[in-house]
Amino acid sequence: MIDFKHRMAAHCENGVISNLLHFHGINLSEAMVFGIGAGIYFTHLPMIKMNGMAVTSFRPLPGTIFKRVTRSLQIDIQVHKFSRPSKAMDALDKNLAKGIPTGMVVGVYHLSYFPAPYRFHFNAHNIVGIGKKEGHYLISDPVMEDIEQLSPEELVQVRYARGTYKPRGKMYYVKSVPEKIDLPGAIKKGIKRTVLEMVRLPGPVIGINGMHYLAKRIEKWPKKGNRYASRNLGQVIRMQEEIGTGGAGFRFLYAAFLQEASAIMQSELLASASEQMTQAGDMWREFAVNAARVCKGRNTSETYSSVANQLREIAGKEEKIYNSLRKL
Amino acid sequence: MLEGKTREIQYAVDENGKYRAVKSVGWSAKNEIMQQAWEFMHEEIEEAHQWVKEGKKSPVFYYMKKNLMDVKTLSDYMGLWRFQIKRHFNPKTFNKLSAATLNKYVRVFNLKDIQQLKNIPGE
Repeated sequence: MIDFKHRMAAHCENGVISNLLHFHGINLSEAMVFGIGAGIYFTHLPMIKMNGMAVTSFRPLPGTIFKRVTRSLQIDIQVHKFSRPSKAMDALDKNLAKGIPTGMVVGVYHLSYFPAPYRFHFNAHNIVGIGKKEGHYLISDPVMEDIEQLSPEELVQVRYARGTYKPRGKMYYVKSVPEKIDLPGAIKKGIKRTVLEMVRLPGPVIGINGMHYLAKRIEKWPKKGNRYASRNLGQVIRMQEEIGTGGAGFRFLYAAFLQEASAIMQSELLASASEQMTQAGDMWREFAVNAARVCKGRNTSETYSSVANQLREIAGKEEKIYNSLRKL
Repeated sequence: MLEGKTREIQYAVDENGKYRAVKSVGWSAKNEIMQQAWEFMHEEIEEAHQWVKEGKKSPVFYYMKKNLMDVKTLSDYMGLWRFQIKRHFNPKTFNKLSAATLNKYVRVFNLKDIQQLKNIPGE
């Protein structure tokens, strides 16, 4: 077994990157990885359906954070995909024999150690293989508290899960790291990217515009029946509070990043942005509580339109934060 | 909702205003929503079960719902077109399927044999 420090993380992708880099001597927290990779995001896509419901996402496409972090810190990584499962497993075995901790993209549905309610067909989970014991693979999964084990059959099954975003046995590892990393530069780049995505990109579905768009759609849902409306609003909240967000759709995680960054950059601006982002996170939390009530139809004073208005308030709040970050 | 198997990390501010990662078992609003989503899914499985018993749909439909799949996911696992899967929902078409196709369904749904695929469990 490779001497690999397993640390839990809120979000699997950040966690794996942070743990892999730690193994190679670069000490970055999960929040730092998240910020540099510009992981905060919002989009509402009614034309793309998952299980018959519109997609609302608080994160960019899987793999995006990984790509951005390794690029902006100039870390040399190797990514493989395999057409055949046997080749994928051979390559993994070779890597582990050489003592290289190896990241893998897997589907969640067949992950035997996961709690049942979280096992749905989602194919962009990240885990790290760190060794073999008695024919079983030792797995460092940032979502789990301890090191887990998978049999070779189970590992093949999750690496070759099917459906949206098939992993196709994707694996990756760090080839080499630069001697010195330019952290302030990377932070600046990450923030710039976030500002671009959240406020500057045109079009109705991404960033702040996306929030207003979703608010408008929420107001219209009750017309399509109670069950439909309740399911769809529930889906939004699930995406926001699902395992891996660190709370309130990554807002607290981003606030943690801004706080850390403010110490590194000696910037008052970032410190106050962090406080504002915490407030925005609290607002998201409140939104979730009220929306949950509306979904259950428990309280008549909260309606779909009042929840939509709350979302508009959040959008206004966040817009101010991102605009203030433009001055950095 | 985590069944005691793990806890999740949440980021929160401590008394000095510093961010810290804390382990949590989830909070009420979130757990409620998860619970509700879970109930919706069970309702759908129940409904599918009813339809199969009434002969409106084939067992493939029930097992698809039971495995939390949609048509796209199932077609991907089966290596068939989506319209083919949808045809297999029809009991008439289902009864004419070849043993090879049925065996494929058995594998994908993780069942014992064709018998189990054809006879869905009772209540």
